Amino acid sequence: MNKVVANAEEAVKDIESGMTLMLGGFGLCGIPENCIAAIVKKGVNKLTCISNNAGVDDFGIGLMLQQKQVKKMISSYVGENAEFERQLLSGELEVELIPQGTLATRAMATGYGMPAVWLLAGVGTEVAEGKEVRNFNGKEYLLEEAFDSDFAIVKAWKGDRMGNLIYKDTARNFNPMMAMAGKITIAEVEELVEPGELDPNFIHTPGIYVHRIFQGANYEKRIEQRTVRQRN
Amino acid sequence: MALTKEQIAQRIAQELQDGFYVNLGIGIPTLVANYIPEGISVVLQSENGLLGMGPFPYEGEEDADLINAGKQTITTLPGSVFFDSATSFGMIRAGKVDLTVLGAMEVADNGDIANWKIPGKMVKGMGGAMDLVAAAKNIIVAMQHTNRAGESKLLPQCTLPLTGVNCITKVVTDLGVFEINDDGFRCVEYAPGVTIEEIKAKTAGRLVIADDVKEVAI
Repeated sequence: MNKVVANAEEAVKDIESGMTLMLGGFGLCGIPENCIAAIVKKGVNKLTCISNNAGVDDFGIGLMLQQKQVKKMISSYVGENAEFERQLLSGELEVELIPQGTLATRAMATGYGMPAVWLLAGVGTEVAEGKEVRNFNGKEYLLEEAFDSDFAIVKAWKGDRMGNLIYKDTARNFNPMMAMAGKITIAEVEELVEPGELDPNFIHTPGIYVHRIFQGANYEKRIEQRTVRQRN
Repeated sequence: MALTKEQIAQRIAQELQDGFYVNLGIGIPTLVANYIPEGISVVLQSENGLLGMGPFPYEGEEDADLINAGKQTITTLPGSVFFDSATSFGMIRAGKVDLTVLGAMEVADNGDIANWKIPGKMVKGMGGAMDLVAAAKNIIVAMQHTNRAGESKLLPQCTLPLTGVNCITKVVTDLGVFEINDDGFRCVEYAPGVTIEEIKAKTAGRLVIADDVKEVAI
Protein backbone atom coordinates (compact mmCIF):
# COMPACT_ATOMS: atom_id res chain seq x y z
CA MET A 1 0.00 0.00 0.00
CA ASN A 2 1.39 3.34 -1.02
CA LYS A 3 -0.74 6.48 -0.90
CA VAL A 4 2.14 8.81 -1.55
CA VAL A 5 1.85 11.34 -4.36
CA ALA A 6 4.75 13.47 -5.54
CA ASN A 7 3.47 16.89 -4.57
CA ALA A 8 0.47 19.19 -4.10
CA GLU A 9 -0.10 19.58 -7.86
CA GLU A 10 -0.50 15.82 -8.26
CA ALA A 11 -2.63 15.57 -5.12
CA VAL A 12 -5.21 18.11 -6.40
CA LYS A 13 -5.04 17.13 -10.08
CA ASP A 14 -8.66 15.97 -10.32
CA ILE A 15 -10.24 18.76 -8.29
CA GLU A 16 -12.65 20.43 -10.71
CA SER A 17 -14.60 23.65 -10.83
CA GLY A 18 -17.89 23.48 -8.94
CA MET A 19 -16.70 20.89 -6.43
CA THR A 20 -17.10 21.02 -2.65
CA LEU A 21 -13.94 20.97 -0.55
CA MET A 22 -13.52 20.56 3.20
CA LEU A 23 -10.37 22.16 4.59
CA GLY A 24 -8.70 21.74 7.96
CA GLY A 25 -7.26 24.54 10.05
CA PHE A 26 -8.26 27.16 12.61
CA GLY A 27 -7.43 30.67 11.48
CA LEU A 28 -4.08 30.19 9.75
CA CYS A 29 -3.05 27.43 12.17
CA GLY A 30 -2.82 23.97 10.64
CA ILE A 31 -4.01 24.96 7.17
CA PRO A 32 -2.95 22.93 4.10
CA GLU A 33 -0.71 25.64 2.65
CA ASN A 34 0.71 23.58 -0.20
CA CYS A 35 -2.64 22.34 -1.50
CA ILE A 36 -4.19 25.81 -1.31
CA ALA A 37 -1.29 27.15 -3.40
CA ALA A 38 -1.79 24.32 -5.91
CA ILE A 39 -5.53 25.01 -6.18
CA VAL A 40 -4.81 28.70 -6.76
CA LYS A 41 -2.31 27.75 -9.48
CA LYS A 42 -4.76 25.29 -11.04
CA GLY A 43 -7.33 28.06 -11.35
CA VAL A 44 -10.50 26.02 -10.75
CA ASN A 45 -13.47 28.09 -9.63
CA LYS A 46 -17.06 27.99 -8.37
CA LEU A 47 -15.81 26.01 -5.39
CA THR A 48 -17.76 25.51 -2.19
CA CYS A 49 -15.37 25.52 0.76
CA ILE A 50 -16.26 24.11 4.16
CA SER A 51 -13.69 25.53 6.57
CA ASN A 52 -13.91 27.10 10.00
CA ASN A 53 -12.35 30.33 8.71
CA ALA A 54 -11.68 31.94 5.34
CA GLY A 55 -8.04 32.92 5.82
CA VAL A 56 -6.80 36.49 5.70
CA ASP A 57 -6.55 38.74 2.66
CA ASP A 58 -3.22 37.39 1.43
CA PHE A 59 -2.96 33.94 2.97
CA GLY A 60 -4.89 30.71 3.37
CA ILE A 61 -8.28 30.53 1.67
CA GLY A 62 -7.94 34.30 1.23
CA LEU A 63 -5.66 33.50 -1.72
CA MET A 64 -8.48 31.53 -3.37
CA LEU A 65 -10.91 34.38 -2.68
CA GLN A 66 -8.57 36.87 -4.32
CA GLN A 67 -8.67 34.78 -7.52
CA LYS A 68 -12.49 34.58 -7.24
CA GLN A 69 -12.34 30.78 -7.07
CA VAL A 70 -14.87 30.44 -4.27
CA LYS A 71 -18.61 30.50 -4.89
CA LYS A 72 -19.67 29.66 -1.36
CA MET A 73 -18.05 29.51 2.09
CA ILE A 74 -19.45 27.45 4.93
CA SER A 75 -17.68 28.70 8.06
CA SER A 76 -18.17 29.76 11.67
CA TYR A 77 -16.02 32.90 11.66
CA VAL A 78 -14.89 34.95 8.68
CA GLY A 79 -13.50 38.16 10.20
CA GLU A 80 -10.02 39.46 9.44
CA ASN A 81 -10.59 39.33 5.69
CA ALA A 82 -11.52 42.54 3.85
CA GLU A 83 -11.76 40.93 0.40
CA PHE A 84 -14.13 38.35 1.82
CA GLU A 85 -16.34 41.07 3.26
CA ARG A 86 -16.28 43.01 -0.03
CA GLN A 87 -17.32 39.96 -2.09
CA LEU A 88 -20.00 39.08 0.43
CA LEU A 89 -21.55 42.56 0.58
CA SER A 90 -21.44 42.87 -3.23
CA GLY A 91 -23.21 39.53 -3.63
CA GLU A 92 -20.34 37.78 -5.47
CA LEU A 93 -19.87 35.30 -2.66
CA GLU A 94 -22.39 33.19 -0.78
CA VAL A 95 -21.73 32.47 2.85
CA GLU A 96 -23.36 30.12 5.31
CA LEU A 97 -22.33 30.87 8.88
CA ILE A 98 -22.82 28.02 11.32
CA PRO A 99 -21.76 27.53 14.94
CA GLN A 100 -18.22 26.23 15.32
CA GLY A 101 -19.18 23.13 17.30
CA THR A 102 -21.93 22.36 14.80
CA LEU A 103 -19.38 22.62 11.98
CA ALA A 104 -17.01 20.23 13.75
CA THR A 105 -19.74 17.79 14.68
CA ARG A 106 -21.36 17.73 11.23
CA ALA A 107 -17.94 16.84 9.80
CA MET A 108 -17.48 14.21 12.50
CA ALA A 109 -20.90 12.74 11.67
CA THR A 110 -19.79 12.29 8.06
CA GLY A 111 -16.68 10.42 9.16
CA TYR A 112 -18.69 8.28 11.57
CA GLY A 113 -21.23 7.36 8.90
CA MET A 114 -24.11 9.18 10.60
CA PRO A 115 -26.52 11.11 8.35
CA ALA A 116 -27.41 13.72 10.96
CA VAL A 117 -27.07 14.70 14.60
CA TRP A 118 -29.25 16.58 17.11
CA LEU A 119 -27.46 19.68 18.35
CA LEU A 120 -28.34 22.40 20.84
CA ALA A 121 -26.41 25.33 19.37
CA GLY A 122 -28.52 27.98 17.66
CA VAL A 123 -31.95 26.99 19.04
CA GLY A 124 -34.11 30.12 19.00
CA THR A 125 -31.76 31.97 16.65
CA GLU A 126 -31.72 32.46 12.88
CA VAL A 127 -29.46 29.39 12.64
CA ALA A 128 -32.55 27.32 13.49
CA GLU A 129 -34.60 28.62 10.56
CA GLY A 130 -35.91 25.79 8.39
CA LYS A 131 -34.43 23.07 10.60
CA GLU A 132 -36.29 20.23 12.23
CA VAL A 133 -36.60 20.73 15.99
CA ARG A 134 -37.10 17.95 18.49
CA ASN A 135 -37.47 17.91 22.24
CA PHE A 136 -35.31 15.52 24.25
CA ASN A 137 -35.69 15.53 28.06
CA GLY A 138 -37.27 18.99 28.04
CA LYS A 139 -34.72 20.65 25.81
CA GLU A 140 -34.98 21.54 22.15
CA TYR A 141 -32.40 20.41 19.60
CA LEU A 142 -31.83 21.08 15.90
CA LEU A 143 -31.37 18.33 13.33
CA GLU A 144 -28.01 19.04 11.68
CA GLU A 145 -26.99 17.00 8.67
CA ALA A 146 -23.61 15.48 7.94
CA PHE A 147 -21.56 17.23 5.24
CA ASP A 148 -21.26 15.91 1.72
CA SER A 149 -18.11 16.92 -0.12
CA ASP A 150 -15.87 15.84 -2.99
CA PHE A 151 -12.48 16.30 -1.35
CA ALA A 152 -11.12 16.89 2.13
CA ILE A 153 -7.74 18.57 2.41
CA VAL A 154 -5.84 18.51 5.68
CA LYS A 155 -2.44 19.29 7.08
CA ALA A 156 -0.66 17.11 9.64
CA TRP A 157 2.70 17.18 11.38
CA LYS A 158 3.76 13.62 10.62
CA GLY A 159 2.30 10.97 8.41
CA ASP A 160 3.33 7.62 6.97
CA ARG A 161 2.89 6.06 3.54
CA MET A 162 -0.27 4.33 4.73
CA GLY A 163 -1.89 7.67 5.52
CA ASN A 164 -1.71 7.51 9.33
CA LEU A 165 -1.50 11.05 10.68
CA ILE A 166 -0.29 12.86 13.78
CA TYR A 167 -0.98 16.55 14.33
CA LYS A 168 0.97 19.01 16.42
CA ASP A 169 -0.41 21.15 19.23
CA THR A 170 -3.46 23.27 18.35
CA ALA A 171 -2.76 22.73 14.63
CA ARG A 172 -4.89 19.62 15.12
CA ASN A 173 -8.17 21.59 15.41
CA PHE A 174 -10.52 20.70 12.53
CA ASN A 175 -8.03 18.56 10.61
CA PRO A 176 -9.07 15.15 12.02
CA MET A 177 -12.77 15.92 11.41
CA MET A 178 -12.20 17.03 7.85
CA ALA A 179 -9.87 14.10 7.16
CA MET A 180 -12.57 11.66 8.21
CA ALA A 181 -15.23 13.36 6.13
CA GLY A 182 -13.69 13.38 2.65
CA LYS A 183 -14.79 11.08 -0.14
CA ILE A 184 -11.20 11.59 -1.20
CA THR A 185 -8.93 12.89 1.53
CA ILE A 186 -5.61 14.56 0.76
CA ALA A 187 -3.10 14.98 3.58
CA GLU A 188 -0.04 17.16 3.38
CA VAL A 189 2.50 16.59 6.14
CA GLU A 190 5.64 18.27 7.37
CA GLU A 191 7.38 14.95 7.72
CA LEU A 192 6.58 11.82 5.71
CA VAL A 193 7.87 8.59 7.29
CA GLU A 194 7.80 4.85 6.64
CA PRO A 195 5.10 2.62 8.15
CA GLY A 196 6.22 1.54 11.61
CA GLU A 197 7.94 4.77 12.46
CA LEU A 198 4.85 6.26 14.08
CA ASP A 199 3.80 4.73 17.40
CA PRO A 200 0.34 3.20 16.75
CA ASN A 201 -0.71 4.39 20.22
CA PHE A 202 -0.33 8.00 19.26
CA ILE A 203 -1.83 8.23 15.79
CA HIS A 204 -4.70 10.73 15.59
CA THR A 205 -6.17 9.93 12.17
CA PRO A 206 -6.18 6.27 11.08
CA GLY A 207 -4.88 5.90 7.53
CA ILE A 208 -8.12 4.30 6.31
CA TYR A 209 -9.52 7.84 6.04
CA VAL A 210 -6.63 9.14 3.96
CA HIS A 211 -6.26 8.52 0.22
CA ARG A 212 -3.32 10.68 -0.82
CA ILE A 213 -0.37 11.92 1.19
CA PHE A 214 2.73 13.95 0.43
CA GLN A 215 5.42 15.84 2.25
CA GLY A 216 4.78 19.56 1.90
CA ALA A 217 7.47 22.13 1.34
CA ASN A 218 8.28 25.69 2.39
CA TYR A 219 5.75 26.00 5.19
CA GLU A 220 5.27 29.63 6.05
CA LYS A 221 3.09 28.96 9.14
CA ARG A 222 2.03 32.53 9.45
CA ILE A 223 1.01 33.83 12.88
CA GLU A 224 -2.16 35.94 12.94
CA GLN A 225 -1.81 37.52 16.38
CA ARG A 226 1.75 37.46 17.63
CA THR A 227 1.42 37.99 21.37
CA VAL A 228 4.37 37.77 23.74
CA ARG A 229 5.27 38.67 27.32
CA GLN A 230 8.39 40.41 28.48
CA ARG A 231 11.09 38.60 30.39
CA ASN A 232 11.49 40.00 33.88
CA MET B 1 -15.66 55.97 38.88
CA ALA B 2 -16.93 53.32 36.56
CA LEU B 3 -14.89 50.11 36.41
CA THR B 4 -12.08 49.84 33.88
CA LYS B 5 -11.88 46.78 31.63
CA GLU B 6 -9.22 45.38 33.94
CA GLN B 7 -11.45 45.94 36.96
CA ILE B 8 -14.38 44.22 35.24
CA ALA B 9 -12.06 41.25 34.65
CA GLN B 10 -10.84 41.43 38.25
CA ARG B 11 -14.41 41.34 39.56
CA ILE B 12 -15.30 38.35 37.37
CA ALA B 13 -12.18 36.54 38.60
CA GLN B 14 -13.80 36.54 42.06
CA GLU B 15 -16.36 34.08 40.65
CA LEU B 16 -13.67 31.47 40.00
CA GLN B 17 -13.58 28.44 42.23
CA ASP B 18 -10.82 25.95 42.79
CA GLY B 19 -10.96 23.17 40.20
CA PHE B 20 -13.06 25.10 37.67
CA TYR B 21 -12.66 24.49 33.96
CA VAL B 22 -13.18 27.93 32.38
CA ASN B 23 -13.64 29.19 28.83
CA LEU B 24 -12.75 32.85 28.36
CA GLY B 25 -13.92 34.70 25.25
CA ILE B 26 -12.07 37.38 23.33
CA GLY B 27 -11.68 40.91 24.76
CA ILE B 28 -12.36 41.70 28.44
CA PRO B 29 -12.95 37.99 29.24
CA THR B 30 -9.36 37.16 28.24
CA LEU B 31 -8.13 39.57 30.94
CA VAL B 32 -9.78 37.45 33.66
CA ALA B 33 -6.81 35.07 33.37
CA ASN B 34 -4.59 37.81 34.82
CA TYR B 35 -6.55 37.95 38.10
CA ILE B 36 -7.02 34.34 39.16
CA PRO B 37 -7.10 34.55 42.98
CA GLU B 38 -4.17 33.09 44.88
CA GLY B 39 -4.66 29.57 46.13
CA ILE B 40 -7.18 28.80 43.40
CA SER B 41 -6.32 26.54 40.54
CA VAL B 42 -8.41 26.69 37.36
CA VAL B 43 -7.90 25.14 33.94
CA LEU B 44 -8.51 27.38 30.93
CA GLN B 45 -10.20 25.79 27.93
CA SER B 46 -9.49 27.19 24.49
CA GLU B 47 -12.10 25.91 22.07
CA ASN B 48 -9.65 25.43 19.22
CA GLY B 49 -8.41 22.41 21.13
CA LEU B 50 -6.54 22.97 24.37
CA LEU B 51 -7.13 22.48 28.08
CA GLY B 52 -4.54 24.14 30.27
CA MET B 53 -3.79 27.32 28.39
CA GLY B 54 -0.70 29.08 29.71
CA PRO B 55 0.51 32.68 29.41
CA PHE B 56 1.79 34.32 26.24
CA PRO B 57 5.23 33.03 25.19
CA TYR B 58 8.43 34.98 25.73
CA GLU B 59 9.57 36.88 22.68
CA GLY B 60 11.30 34.52 20.26
CA GLU B 61 9.46 31.48 21.62
CA GLU B 62 6.21 31.96 19.67
CA ASP B 63 4.99 28.84 17.88
CA ALA B 64 2.53 29.15 14.97
CA ASP B 65 1.10 25.73 15.89
CA LEU B 66 0.18 26.86 19.39
CA ILE B 67 -2.56 29.49 19.50
CA ASN B 68 -5.76 30.23 21.39
CA ALA B 69 -9.24 30.79 19.99
CA GLY B 70 -8.37 34.46 19.49
CA LYS B 71 -5.50 33.30 17.25
CA GLN B 72 -2.96 34.65 19.75
CA THR B 73 0.27 32.77 20.38
CA ILE B 74 0.17 31.08 23.79
CA THR B 75 1.93 28.38 25.82
CA THR B 76 0.96 25.18 27.57
CA LEU B 77 1.27 24.29 31.27
CA PRO B 78 2.11 21.02 33.00
CA GLY B 79 -0.99 18.86 32.55
CA SER B 80 -2.13 20.55 29.35
CA VAL B 81 -3.86 18.48 26.68
CA PHE B 82 -4.60 19.04 23.00
CA PHE B 83 -7.66 17.67 21.20
CA ASP B 84 -9.63 18.17 18.02
CA SER B 85 -12.52 20.59 17.49
CA ALA B 86 -15.24 17.94 17.79
CA THR B 87 -13.88 16.81 21.17
CA SER B 88 -13.58 20.44 22.23
CA PHE B 89 -17.21 21.20 21.52
CA GLY B 90 -18.18 17.78 22.83
CA MET B 91 -16.92 18.71 26.29
CA ILE B 92 -18.61 22.11 26.02
CA ARG B 93 -21.89 20.60 24.87
CA ALA B 94 -21.81 17.95 27.59
CA GLY B 95 -21.61 20.68 30.22
CA LYS B 96 -18.11 19.87 31.43
CA VAL B 97 -17.00 23.52 31.34
CA ASP B 98 -17.85 25.12 34.71
CA LEU B 99 -17.78 28.77 33.70
CA THR B 100 -17.94 30.64 30.42
CA VAL B 101 -17.15 34.35 30.21
CA LEU B 102 -17.89 36.19 27.00
CA GLY B 103 -18.55 39.63 25.61
CA ALA B 104 -21.83 40.85 24.15
CA MET B 105 -23.36 43.61 22.07
CA GLU B 106 -26.72 43.25 23.83
CA VAL B 107 -28.18 41.29 26.73
CA ALA B 108 -31.91 41.10 27.40
CA ASP B 109 -33.55 40.96 30.82
CA ASN B 110 -34.68 37.37 30.13
CA GLY B 111 -31.10 36.20 29.57
CA ASP B 112 -31.03 36.41 25.76
CA ILE B 113 -27.72 37.48 24.24
CA ALA B 114 -26.71 38.98 20.88
CA ASN B 115 -23.04 39.19 19.97
CA TRP B 116 -22.35 37.90 16.48
CA LYS B 117 -23.97 39.97 13.77
CA ILE B 118 -25.07 43.48 12.86
CA PRO B 119 -27.23 43.06 9.75
CA GLY B 120 -25.82 44.97 6.79
CA LYS B 121 -22.75 46.05 8.76
CA MET B 122 -20.82 43.28 10.39
CA VAL B 123 -20.71 39.70 9.16
CA LYS B 124 -17.89 38.05 11.01
CA GLY B 125 -19.77 35.04 12.29
CA MET B 126 -20.57 33.42 15.61
CA GLY B 127 -17.49 31.26 15.98
CA GLY B 128 -18.03 29.10 19.05
CA ALA B 129 -20.29 31.54 20.89
CA MET B 130 -23.58 29.83 20.00
CA ASP B 131 -22.28 26.44 21.10
CA LEU B 132 -20.99 27.89 24.37
CA VAL B 133 -24.12 29.80 25.34
CA ALA B 134 -26.40 26.93 24.38
CA ALA B 135 -24.63 24.44 26.58
CA ALA B 136 -22.91 26.16 29.50
CA LYS B 137 -24.70 26.26 32.85
CA ASN B 138 -22.85 29.26 34.18
CA ILE B 139 -22.33 32.12 31.75
CA ILE B 140 -21.12 35.58 32.70
CA VAL B 141 -21.16 38.43 30.22
CA ALA B 142 -18.40 41.03 30.49
CA MET B 143 -19.17 44.24 28.63
CA GLN B 144 -19.60 48.00 28.79
CA HIS B 145 -23.00 49.05 30.12
CA THR B 146 -23.70 51.32 27.13
CA ASN B 147 -22.64 51.35 23.49
CA ARG B 148 -20.59 54.05 21.79
CA ALA B 149 -23.75 56.09 21.22
CA GLY B 150 -24.41 55.97 24.97
CA GLU B 151 -27.40 53.63 24.62
CA SER B 152 -28.06 50.86 27.11
CA LYS B 153 -26.84 47.36 26.19
CA LEU B 154 -29.05 45.87 28.94
CA LEU B 155 -32.38 45.73 27.13
CA PRO B 156 -35.98 44.56 27.49
CA GLN B 157 -35.24 42.47 24.39
CA CYS B 158 -32.33 42.20 21.99
CA THR B 159 -32.64 44.11 18.73
CA LEU B 160 -29.77 42.27 17.00
CA PRO B 161 -29.84 38.63 15.79
CA LEU B 162 -29.63 36.36 18.82
CA THR B 163 -26.69 34.19 19.78
CA GLY B 164 -28.67 32.32 22.42
CA VAL B 165 -31.92 32.47 24.37
CA ASN B 166 -32.49 32.52 28.15
CA CYS B 167 -28.90 31.60 28.83
CA ILE B 168 -27.08 34.45 30.57
CA THR B 169 -27.06 34.33 34.37
CA LYS B 170 -24.85 37.29 35.24
CA VAL B 171 -23.58 40.50 33.64
CA VAL B 172 -20.62 42.50 34.88
CA THR B 173 -20.35 45.97 33.34
CA ASP B 174 -18.38 49.11 34.07
CA LEU B 175 -21.31 50.20 36.25
CA GLY B 176 -21.91 47.11 38.35
CA VAL B 177 -22.85 43.47 38.72
CA PHE B 178 -26.26 42.22 37.59
CA GLU B 179 -27.85 38.83 38.08
CA ILE B 180 -30.59 37.80 35.68
CA ASN B 181 -33.72 36.13 37.04
CA ASP B 182 -37.47 36.20 36.41
CA ASP B 183 -37.66 39.85 37.50
CA GLY B 184 -35.04 40.94 34.99
CA PHE B 185 -31.66 42.45 35.87
CA ARG B 186 -31.00 42.43 39.60
CA CYS B 187 -28.31 44.92 40.53
CA VAL B 188 -26.33 43.35 43.35
CA GLU B 189 -23.23 45.55 43.19
CA TYR B 190 -22.46 49.05 41.91
CA ALA B 191 -19.08 50.40 40.84
CA PRO B 192 -17.38 52.78 43.26
CA GLY B 193 -18.72 56.30 42.71
CA VAL B 194 -21.56 55.15 40.44
CA THR B 195 -25.02 56.01 41.71
CA ILE B 196 -28.09 53.83 41.59
CA GLU B 197 -29.75 56.68 39.68
CA GLU B 198 -27.10 56.42 36.95
CA ILE B 199 -27.58 52.65 36.75
CA LYS B 200 -31.34 53.11 36.50
CA ALA B 201 -30.94 55.75 33.79
CA LYS B 202 -28.61 53.58 31.73
CA THR B 203 -30.49 50.28 32.03
CA ALA B 204 -33.30 49.93 29.50
CA GLY B 205 -34.38 46.44 30.56
CA ARG B 206 -36.34 45.63 33.72
CA LEU B 207 -34.16 46.46 36.70
CA VAL B 208 -34.45 45.53 40.36
CA ILE B 209 -32.02 46.90 42.93
CA ALA B 210 -31.14 44.26 45.50
CA ASP B 211 -31.99 45.20 49.10
CA ASP B 212 -28.45 44.37 50.10
CA VAL B 213 -26.82 46.05 47.10
CA LYS B 214 -23.21 46.96 47.84
CA GLU B 215 -20.18 48.52 46.27
CA VAL B 216 -18.01 46.33 44.05
CA ALA B 217 -14.99 45.24 46.09
CA ILE B 218 -11.79 44.80 44.12
